[in-house]
Amino acid sequence: MLTLSLFIIPLISGLILLNIKSKSLAGSISILASFVQIAVFVYALSVFKDNSALLVFDKPWLSDFAIRFHLGIDGLSLVMVGLTVVLVSLIVLAIRNLNYENIPKMLGLILLTEAALIGVFSAKDIFLFYFFFELALVPVYLIANFWGGESSSKITFKMLIYTVFGSLFMLISFVLLYMRGQSADIESIKVTVSLLPNAIKHILFWGLLLAFSIKMPIFPFHTWLPDAYSKSPTPATMLLSGLLSKMGVYGLIRILLPFAPQGIELYGEIIIVLAVVGLVYGSIIAIKQNEIKRLIAYSSFAHMGLMAGAVLTLSITGLQGAIFQMVAHGFNAVGLFYIAKIIFDKTGSRNLTQLGGMTQSAPVLTVIFMVVLLGSVALPLTNGFVGEFLMLKAVFDFNHVIGIAAGLSVIFGAVYMLRFFQKTMFGPSNEQTSSITDIGMKELIVLVPIVIIILITGVFPNLILDISSSLVNSLGLLNK
Amino acid sequence: MYPIIVFSVSGLLMLFLGLSVTKKSLLPINLVFLIIGLLSNFMDWNSPGLYFNSMLEVNNSLVIVQSIVILAAILVAGLSSRLFEDAIDHPAEYYALMQFAVVGALIMISFQNLIMLFVGLEILSVALYVLAGSDKRNLRGNEASIKYFLMGAFATGILLFGIAMFYGATGSFDINSGSSVGNSAMEAKIFFWIGLVFIFIGLLFKISAAPFHFWTADVYQGSPTIFSAFMATIVKTAVIFALYRLAVYSFSYEYAHWSKFLVIIIALSMFIGNLTAVYQVNFKRILAYSSISQAGFMLLSLIGLGEQSFGNLGFFTLSYAFATISAFGVFLIVSSNQLVDGRPNENIDVFKGLFSRNPDLAIILFISMLSLSGIPLTSGFWSKFFVLNDAASKGYLWILIIGIVMSAVSLYYYFKPIRATFMATDADAVSVSTLSKITLYICAGLTVLLGVAPNLFRGLF
Repeated sequence: MLTLSLFIIPLISGLILLNIKSKSLAGSISILASFVQIAVFVYALSVFKDNSALLVFDKPWLSDFAIRFHLGIDGLSLVMVGLTVVLVSLIVLAIRNLNYENIPKMLGLILLTEAALIGVFSAKDIFLFYFFFELALVPVYLIANFWGGESSSKITFKMLIYTVFGSLFMLISFVLLYMRGQSADIESIKVTVSLLPNAIKHILFWGLLLAFSIKMPIFPFHTWLPDAYSKSPTPATMLLSGLLSKMGVYGLIRILLPFAPQGIELYGEIIIVLAVVGLVYGSIIAIKQNEIKRLIAYSSFAHMGLMAGAVLTLSITGLQGAIFQMVAHGFNAVGLFYIAKIIFDKTGSRNLTQLGGMTQSAPVLTVIFMVVLLGSVALPLTNGFVGEFLMLKAVFDFNHVIGIAAGLSVIFGAVYMLRFFQKTMFGPSNEQTSSITDIGMKELIVLVPIVIIILITGVFPNLILDISSSLVNSLGLLNK
Repeated sequence: MYPIIVFSVSGLLMLFLGLSVTKKSLLPINLVFLIIGLLSNFMDWNSPGLYFNSMLEVNNSLVIVQSIVILAAILVAGLSSRLFEDAIDHPAEYYALMQFAVVGALIMISFQNLIMLFVGLEILSVALYVLAGSDKRNLRGNEASIKYFLMGAFATGILLFGIAMFYGATGSFDINSGSSVGNSAMEAKIFFWIGLVFIFIGLLFKISAAPFHFWTADVYQGSPTIFSAFMATIVKTAVIFALYRLAVYSFSYEYAHWSKFLVIIIALSMFIGNLTAVYQVNFKRILAYSSISQAGFMLLSLIGLGEQSFGNLGFFTLSYAFATISAFGVFLIVSSNQLVDGRPNENIDVFKGLFSRNPDLAIILFISMLSLSGIPLTSGFWSKFFVLNDAASKGYLWILIIGIVMSAVSLYYYFKPIRATFMATDADAVSVSTLSKITLYICAGLTVLLGVAPNLFRGLF
């Protein structure tokens, strides 16, 4: 029941919000829902320590197809659900004070996205997983279309086509699996999957990989990403980069790893190379970007590449690193996009060439920006470091050359991020940037928690790694 | 069985009522007749058997399918408020013809004798030839009507020829007699085979499967929108179930042979329907090509032909009916508010800015397009899932892959109108009559409901 309530709370409050006109009432409802959600999550966390069997909800859904509405939370799910719950609360807090029209509807759509994401992260049935995987995109698509204007319509459409195309291949794989085993339960499929004929195993691997690598995205399926991230309104970008892209990595760990191990052994190296190519390529492009949101978009793409590579090394370090980095990157990306939005609202520009010298008039923003940025460039004692270090170690152990190439990205990351910081905060100020006001309570209420999380998880990474370790260990990987 | 009687009588009554009753009150009367028919349908519940000298079969599954047809007719009629108010329109005749068409559809769903199949198909088709041309001032309507009539007459002729061959081979019109050919001599089998092929062609024409689809786009575009919706849902449902009955009872002994050809027809329908729809700008033509590809999906359950295939097909047709009727309904309302050269604007642009002009209609359109393209949370996802599962269970993996890839292609054109609804526009708000609104809400609501809980309907079979 606990798991179900995590799913139901955002669903119902989201539906209520869609039918509310008053902005202040909508704000209170969404915040209340977020707090209740966090409280339920904390309770689930304590229950998980004692008895994880309580976190299962299982009811038949389509009985003649043996498809069940089966939600369950294990270590990995718990981390992802926690990320979703906390990030969405922060996004809700941030949105409430932005100057968009029809805020209640936007909040409602965000909470519906949350419901779908929790569905994805806790689904124990392949079709339920697919169901939520597709569904999570719909509210984000609507947000991008409603509040993004006409230029956004074309771009989000591209994103939609790309990702739905990918997930349809996942559907092919799932139907195949189901036809062979007559079961849709993830755990029981894991057992039977090794008995499949080789041809099916190949289709499975490529179908699933395509779906997840478009979602993340991995090079060369990333072409939807820069435009979608930069042209969409900030709330949609936050959801996309902070949470929806994580569905891809989660899918790799939850679905691809157990379902197509032979495929990974055969082709894993090629995919890791592609992922690292994307990592380096994205970093280099990010260095040349002048548009803030595009810069963060490419940096996001680079980070996702490393996560994919680390997962496919099939080592415990790589997996733990990727799981940790999913959380870290979620908070860092949302923080950065929020800061970009603040800068845009205050100066009216997103172009690095038109910005500069903001540190004089906005010292608090500068400090907070610095912390988020350091998290993003993986400075020790911030959350970015733990994940990157583990992942790079895994990739390096897998293949030294690839590992060194991946290591370059840390340097590139520092280059583009510090350039971003320098061109906005330091240097000569101009008319737009000299007269701005510093951030106040309403921004701090979002940014301070992000800063705290960045530092705490950076200093005590075991807070997260301990939760996920049970699951990662149970996958039966070699600690290479 | 009962609704056939009810509608035959009420159709005639309707014709006479047109002389004495005002135009406004005809629609409520029509709805009452249709609802009586729907209720009378359930008098057949739990009384399975053959009726009228083994001409028709009645059983619970068939009652459900017949209810789908009647329900679709009710929903289409619900959309017709505010239409037919000109002096030149004759709503009494339209409604009467619609009821006659439903009679034909009901016969086709439950026939036990091939003669009944022919009679049902003719009743259905002749009514529709007239309805397609009912807007006499519209040149395209005239073209559609004559095209539909000529091509349809040909197809019926072919079907009748096939039935004759079938009779020649088996010595009976009963649909079960196909089984007697199994062990017979080669000469008899040749007749049987010619019969089989011709019957299939005749019916595949009606369901607009490729390569017998050429009439579809022109007829859908030319006919009045409300009758396009009627054609798209009721004819498809009736014909696919007629085909299903033939496949199960008459032709199942030769499944191994004809299924190979049918798969090719399915693949062609999916390819031609989806790829051509991508290039269309007229919304009715888009729906016409989409209906071709949907016909391909429906035929997948004939490939499956398992225990659950009937239920899968029922679910598919119901979900398709809801989605198509709401798509046509929204289009009907929006396009009649915006005239180009005195005629409703049928371009996709007509939806421009619908989200600001009438958000409810935009959301209904959104749901129906999601359902047609098979995105989860709508019944369309499950319907495609069921029929694709059917095909995959017989080992046709490649058709599964084609079906899913073509679904991805279909996203492009199904999302064209959705994208238009977000665009900025200075057009006026759209007003909707209460009855149309209720009808559309029912369609959209049930689409979502069946998307969340498909077993609500599937459990009936």
